Amino acid sequence: MKRVSLALIPLLAAFAVQTAQAQSQDKPRDRGTLQSVKDRGTLSCGVSQGLPGFSAPDDKGNWTGLDVDVCRAIAAAIFNDATKVKFVPLSAKDRFTALQSGEIDVLSRNSTWTLSRDTSLGLNYTGISYYDGQGFLVRKSLKVNSALELNSASICVQTGTTNEQNVSDYFKGNNMKYELIAFGTADETVKAYESGRCDVFTSDVSQLYAERLKLAAPADHAVLPEVISKEPLGPVVRHGDDQWFDIVKWTLFAMINAEEYAVTQKNVDEMAKSNKPELKRIFGTDGNLGEQLGLTKDWVTRIIKATGNYGESFDRNVGAGSKLQIARGLNKLWNQGGLQYAPPIR
Amino acid sequence: MADAPRKPPLRLVARLRRTLGGQAGWAGVVIQILFVAAVVWIGYEIVENARANLQAQRIASGFGFLSNTASFAVSQALIPFSESDTYARVFVVGLLNTLLVSIVGIAIATIIGVAVALGRLSPNWLLARISGGYVELIRNLPLLFQILFWYLAVLATLPNPRQSISLLGSVFLSNRGLVVPNPVPQPSFGVFAVAIAVGIVASLVMRSYARHQLFAKGEKLTIWPFALATLIGLPALAAVMFGAPVKFDMPELKGFNFAGGARVLPEFAALTIALSTYTAAFIAEIVRAGIQSVPKGQMEAGASLGLTRGQTLRQVVIPQAMRVILPPLTNQYLNLTKNSSLAVAIGYPDLFSVFAGTALSQTGQAVEIIALTMGVYLLLSLVTSAIMSFYGWRLNRSLAA
Repeated sequence: MKRVSLALIPLLAAFAVQTAQAQSQDKPRDRGTLQSVKDRGTLSCGVSQGLPGFSAPDDKGNWTGLDVDVCRAIAAAIFNDATKVKFVPLSAKDRFTALQSGEIDVLSRNSTWTLSRDTSLGLNYTGISYYDGQGFLVRKSLKVNSALELNSASICVQTGTTNEQNVSDYFKGNNMKYELIAFGTADETVKAYESGRCDVFTSDVSQLYAERLKLAAPADHAVLPEVISKEPLGPVVRHGDDQWFDIVKWTLFAMINAEEYAVTQKNVDEMAKSNKPELKRIFGTDGNLGEQLGLTKDWVTRIIKATGNYGESFDRNVGAGSKLQIARGLNKLWNQGGLQYAPPIR
Repeated sequence: MADAPRKPPLRLVARLRRTLGGQAGWAGVVIQILFVAAVVWIGYEIVENARANLQAQRIASGFGFLSNTASFAVSQALIPFSESDTYARVFVVGLLNTLLVSIVGIAIATIIGVAVALGRLSPNWLLARISGGYVELIRNLPLLFQILFWYLAVLATLPNPRQSISLLGSVFLSNRGLVVPNPVPQPSFGVFAVAIAVGIVASLVMRSYARHQLFAKGEKLTIWPFALATLIGLPALAAVMFGAPVKFDMPELKGFNFAGGARVLPEFAALTIALSTYTAAFIAEIVRAGIQSVPKGQMEAGASLGLTRGQTLRQVVIPQAMRVILPPLTNQYLNLTKNSSLAVAIGYPDLFSVFAGTALSQTGQAVEIIALTMGVYLLLSLVTSAIMSFYGWRLNRSLAA
């Protein structure tokens, strides 16, 4: 008996491999991400581990923020229910692997769009939800007014970010010495900065403002004026599913277009009845643009009801209506002197 | 001559059958071969599957990325490293940092562990209780917690560089680490090194001569004063004749930080302290159990021969205890090396942090990098156990002699 059962092991193993292969045929990308999201009943959305204004859980455990709103908007467009999102908090280090492996459907987590990420990682950036740049946070007591005075400073940075390479480029380019200490998560990085291990905390400027709120005495720290890099942040999807790519891309574009046409959470029902041709196209009373995406005709109405337009989301989460008080700056609409420009819905 | 035909005709085949099939004979051989084939096939399927999936997702694969420029800085590198170096060099830098913290950690953990074990066995009530308390306290707290404790609660509370604690104006302790004068080798360093080597060789020769005399004639020679004299005298003589072998590069506070001098980073210090004190608690228990496994009669026999407690321990009890101690001790050494990967929590640039962390997220080559990292930890573990096995083999040989 014993010999027989031993001989069974490789057979069982072979069977297991066959089953695994059969299942891998059934992976989300083969069936289409939209279909697998619908089957599952929730959207799995990768977010940061807690960055106020962009994605952070509030005291009741609800995730809020600009990046979170993108996830909610996609869920609203698919399910007409902005709560059907499972948020997966990810470190900078783990975020792309989680997306590649199918653990999440979309990554909406202050991730910079770069060429190598767009090409070699098997990912697609769907657009830019926030135009950012890298800056430096220092103690006011150091009496430093410019990043060029930071020679020989110790710098705390979160590992696995573009920040780590930008800071190397910047200090080398300006012939300054520095010591870079890289930590696994944003919290560890900020803790090390606050404990005095580093003179400088570097990250995207938006993140510096957000993290500064977590310090014991935010007023004792200042962000230096220099912005040393371009950091276009936006939602990311896996390569190879064009329909899903389109849905995520156009959800963001719908929010930006809605702001341009002054469609808000409050007036959306009223506007949907409008006879203006462009509004009729957006709201699906004319044509079937939503269905072309694989959604329903009223997809934009659903999105705006759930999260409001881009401007509303910006103000509520990071702008004037929030604790962060970040100015719109580059993130103003194109016709107001900013860079936010969405292709037309037509 | 009559014995010759009794040799089995197919000894090789029989031996092969025994090795492969064990008790089961030929059926066993077949099963073994089938099993190996299945394992190889499963392995092949896994690799092929991963490769096909990566290709389908257009994720770059292969080890070509190793020659790309890393363009990020590492806070501690034992070999020259800059932003313009490659990912291959990042790998080496991380590996050396892992080795450094493991070797220093193992050395300190062994010393503390043995001391605490002896303390626990000591007839001195207070010493025994303190050692016991140490073991219980350290052993029952999670290692990550201890690393963060040393880093955030102890070392981070040191003053900033401008108010650093200074010793004789040349050694500075601050929250940026311990800065000491850095010895820079001078031309006479070679002669100096040779003098030290000669001193060591001479001491070893004296030791083996003394042992030989002890075993052959029962004469006990006192050699340590001579050994000490050669070890200190020769290098000193070299220094006097050819000039100082090193010049010290003094640290100086410039801008935010110290320039010059050599620096022990707080990340390294916190990790080494936490790893060695933690592992020491386990080593202490292993050593204590080992010593207690030697029958009490051995201690009494030593005493009756007129040996002191220390002599009995060193020459009678510990060599016998070592047989019991070695295997679990090897485990602790392996644990320490593997636990050093917790460095990522405090920003110490070990292999796991800079290679399986930073390099992985910069390149996205997860499969290759994880495979390389796994290989390294496996190799480190195998080398450690090989060294310990060799030591155990020598020990057994000398005990048997």
